[in-house]
Amino acid sequence: MTREHIRKIQSFTALSLSTLAAVIGLVWLVFILGDIFVHGMGALKLSLFTKDPAPAGIEGGGLRNAFIGQLIITFFATLIGVPIGILGGTFLAEYARGKKIAQLISILSDIMVSVPSIVIGTFIYAIMVKPFGHFNGWAGAVALAIIMIPVVLRTTEDMLRLVPWTLREAAFALGAPYYKVIIQIVYRGASAGILTGILLSIARVAGETAPLLFTSFNNSFFSTNMNEPMASLTVTIFQYAMGPYDSWHSQAWAASLVITIFILVLTILGRIFIKWRFGNK
Amino acid sequence: MRVLLRKNPVDLLFLTITAIASATVLVLIAGILYVLFLKSSLAIEKFGILNFIFSTDWDPVRQIFGAATTLFGTAVTTILALFFAIPVAIGTAIFITEIAPNFMKGPIGIAIELLAAIPSIIYGMWGLFTLAPIMAEYIEPALQNTLGKVPLLGALFAGTPMGIDLFTASIILSIMIIPFTASIARDSFNLTPAIVKESAYAIGATKWEVVKNVILPYSKSGVFGGIILSLGRALGETMAVAFVLGNNHQISSSLFHAASTITVTLANEFTEADTDIYLSSLFYLALILFVMSFIALAVAKIFLLRAQKRYSA
Repeated sequence: MTREHIRKIQSFTALSLSTLAAVIGLVWLVFILGDIFVHGMGALKLSLFTKDPAPAGIEGGGLRNAFIGQLIITFFATLIGVPIGILGGTFLAEYARGKKIAQLISILSDIMVSVPSIVIGTFIYAIMVKPFGHFNGWAGAVALAIIMIPVVLRTTEDMLRLVPWTLREAAFALGAPYYKVIIQIVYRGASAGILTGILLSIARVAGETAPLLFTSFNNSFFSTNMNEPMASLTVTIFQYAMGPYDSWHSQAWAASLVITIFILVLTILGRIFIKWRFGNK
Repeated sequence: MRVLLRKNPVDLLFLTITAIASATVLVLIAGILYVLFLKSSLAIEKFGILNFIFSTDWDPVRQIFGAATTLFGTAVTTILALFFAIPVAIGTAIFITEIAPNFMKGPIGIAIELLAAIPSIIYGMWGLFTLAPIMAEYIEPALQNTLGKVPLLGALFAGTPMGIDLFTASIILSIMIIPFTASIARDSFNLTPAIVKESAYAIGATKWEVVKNVILPYSKSGVFGGIILSLGRALGETMAVAFVLGNNHQISSSLFHAASTITVTLANEFTEADTDIYLSSLFYLALILFVMSFIALAVAKIFLLRAQKRYSA
């Protein structure tokens, strides 16, 4: 065997192993999604969305309280997190463009995106649950908002930077003050990108469980009162999956299916928006 | 680029509002550190720092707490997860950038990103109901019958395989971090200038030689940054491991033993802590976790920035 042969065999082996690695990575995706789909579809009933939980161990009932609770918590988290994120990103990309402080905040936000979410839960417990003496929906919403802020802030910053500087100069030349340029020119140019950031941040928090465990906690009854403990899908999945009853397990699968589809749709929508706006260049 | 339009009062107001909004990030980081420190001060006073870290006691009844068991669980699951994930992730990145035909690159990239978007609680529940039984019935007994027979190494695989243990938790964690590592490795590989690769091909290098001698050295700081980033994620992952680890405060030489990590302890015990010192010790664990992952993520960021700078210059 010549040296060339050995090199070719080496190359072939290494590349085959890489391909195998990619296949392994994809097999997990198919395996997990397929499993969620099969188990989830079997348990998915209309009553899941329209009925509240039956007493523990008894068949039937649904998770209406958890669906509504999740929506309310996510809604308020978005309401708090998104404006702060967009405005913060605006500062970094516009007023503080090129300054050291903008770089620092940008790097720290990147770190905050990956900080363990359970730590944020303990932080909120200390400042929003302990002082009031009971778990409450607001604490959950704020915990999720804290996770959203850096995500929205960083995407907004990146998207605003993509708007050409000459566009701003054209507006300055007409005598427009900077805030008008930002709101009427820059935001408009970057709207698809900012929307993607919002979608991705909602997708990110929709599956969060750890920060809700000791903030909004759980509630087996229907409640829209943000000052009381509030049910969420994810915490309910955790409780039901760890519980002893088969009916709980199948409801946990169904809830997982709903949440997974919701998040995958948001993620894909976000990608489509980005492609639609920036793909044709 | 300096814009001199600050005289307008509305502009000044908008500037102030956006500045405050971006400062929330700084306030949050400082606030988390301060509050966690304040809340854990009781435990810090009572147990000290080194004493807490190296003490294997975790006894809510006697009110004595130490972090060694949870730190052990965190370290073992993280290291094992990286050990399983890194080869797969780098192989996947090589496949996407160098091997796959162009029409496949997009779809596979999207598939990997979808894997990253699945929330960790789904991984955890899937691990409990699907993976753990498979591990207990097939994989763990098989490992015991092969590697378990080897002297010394056998201790790692001792005990009854239940599927609820360090090994299963590490596997789930590794599935979770494969997409992060793979997509960062892919981005770093893509930064290698085409002309350098083509030069190597021109002197007769095989594809693998190009990957090994050109692309990997070129992108090593980006890939390393990606690995550290995954390490930071794995350290703080809660729900993926909470289902299958068993929350058992013991250090065992076997991977087939239930254990606990910082995150699992927090998730299971935070709402049950009935005394001040118990709660304070849990806050202490959260503080340690925050500092550890913050350092890991900062190091990762430095490497990734360095990789970017090198090629944009």
